[in-house]
Amino acid sequence: MAYKIIASQCTGCSACEPECPNMAISEKNGTFVIDPAKCTECINYFDEPQCVAVCPVDDTCVIDNHYPRYSA
Amino acid sequence: MASPIISLSSIATPGGAKLDEIMQQKAEHQGCGTSGGSGKASCGSGAGQGDLSPEVWEKVKNHPCYSEEAHHHYARMHVAVAPACNIQCNYCNRKYDCANESRPGVVSEKLTPEQAAKKVLAVASTIPQMTVLGIAGPGDPLANPEKTFKTFELIAKTAPDIKLCLSTNGLMLPDHVDTIQSFNVDHVTITINMVDPDIGAQIYPWIFYKNKRYKGREAAQILSERQLQGLEMLTERGILCKVNSVMIPGINDQHLVEVNRAVKSRGAFLHNIMPLISAPEHGTVFGLNGQRGPSAQELKALQDSCEGEMNMMRHCRQCRADAVGLLGEDRSAEFTTENVMAMEVEYDLESRQAYQAVVEQERQAKSAAKQAELETMAGEQSDVKILVAVATKGSGRINEHFGHATEFQIYEASTAGAKFVGHRRVDLYCQGGYGEEEALESTIIRAINDCAAVFVAKIGGCPKASLQGAGIDAVDRYAFEYIEQSVIAYYRDYLEQIRSGAIVHGQRGDAEIRQGAYVAA
Repeated sequence: MAYKIIASQCTGCSACEPECPNMAISEKNGTFVIDPAKCTECINYFDEPQCVAVCPVDDTCVIDNHYPRYSA
Repeated sequence: MASPIISLSSIATPGGAKLDEIMQQKAEHQGCGTSGGSGKASCGSGAGQGDLSPEVWEKVKNHPCYSEEAHHHYARMHVAVAPACNIQCNYCNRKYDCANESRPGVVSEKLTPEQAAKKVLAVASTIPQMTVLGIAGPGDPLANPEKTFKTFELIAKTAPDIKLCLSTNGLMLPDHVDTIQSFNVDHVTITINMVDPDIGAQIYPWIFYKNKRYKGREAAQILSERQLQGLEMLTERGILCKVNSVMIPGINDQHLVEVNRAVKSRGAFLHNIMPLISAPEHGTVFGLNGQRGPSAQELKALQDSCEGEMNMMRHCRQCRADAVGLLGEDRSAEFTTENVMAMEVEYDLESRQAYQAVVEQERQAKSAAKQAELETMAGEQSDVKILVAVATKGSGRINEHFGHATEFQIYEASTAGAKFVGHRRVDLYCQGGYGEEEALESTIIRAINDCAAVFVAKIGGCPKASLQGAGIDAVDRYAFEYIEQSVIAYYRDYLEQIRSGAIVHGQRGDAEIRQGAYVAA
């Protein structure tokens, strides 16, 4: 699985973008999106997903069930 | 509305004798209030040079946020290049964004450093008394270091006379002190609401630090240590530091006296204690759980008790991270990115300097008038203190119509003179249904209920009678005169009338600090 950003909740603050160890986050129409192909859920990098930890709005960066669980 | 306070054409004498004359006078004038030598600077940041050293005065004299006296004459702007933040505060909600909202953390649009640099030039050319560029968010400037410093770099190149400053929560400050110094940023504001992690845990739910989200007491402890370390590092390097504190009744109101001591001992220059803004419609934690802000009297009592060796800022308007103009006004709507990008901008340093020389003349005349008036009070002895509300649109004069005022400046008059102690916003609230004029009048009366008088350039019969009914003397006889001089003159008459028995001096009640969102007129 990868993380995704719920666009309607995203404030477009950009805090997540530089924190992502995989450069998976980019701006799209004023809010931010995660490229599921690049997202590793921060496994092997950090104890917690960085986008979740830095996001100012709770439940905005969430697991996207459309993708299989990431395995390192 | 869009024109500067002093018309530019009146000073457009390139190379003419008039300009030389002004420049000469400017050179001779080393700062307001020095010649009188009363030695009683009630507030160093407020009474012109007061007891500040010449080096410090040189740094603050044109900075509206660091000098109360300067804020009547000089304007500032913020550019919103720093949207990301690394901490969460219970008085802030980044999700809510309303164009009519005016409080820190809110902006209408984000800018790139390049757009910001263009905007600064556009504003500097339109508002020649704009002397300061600050980066204050809407997140934290040091959580966006590349964008923040790139902006400073671009502006230092194109508009070298503009002072650069930034306002931070302090979490990343120790890591950036050397860069801050290398860009000649000599004013830094740190928001410090506590030095006790148990109190901090009630204000900050979390921080993001070194790739980890910390919560509760641990988060507050890290934040506090980093803030105080950053403050020490800045003051060691001679960078002026202002400390902002949000007064949250029942949480940190008593504790802020301790914060004041802690930052004073670490060399902070100015302490700005601000009232909590917590309207429920802002959707902040404090707004939703009913946490109230302080009343005007509570705020003033805390500010007074902290005022010792340290200067207290009382003229903060808690502005937006994209504010433009004098502190009491907001002209950001004139400078949208769309407008700015369409503007042909020519940066004319000489005409800016000429304009500012005229401002200096005005300041000098104002200061001399105040001093002369103060001398007539010599030997006067009384414990009576009164507050006076003033309608002004700048330049230190009573030059606003009662009905047009969006805020009143509050002066305290005593035998020591006239002292700026605060301001009250009176914009129209979002309030459907009421009769508009009556609602506005009662809003104003609640906002200045602690004042004995209100000074205006002009006022109609009806509002004058309503004010009189509330025990507030509406005074238009000082129209267009200098504020401080007039306040002292009024106070002298007031004492005279008490002595003659014409009036009985009584304690006024408390007053309300504006909370709700407002609809820009």
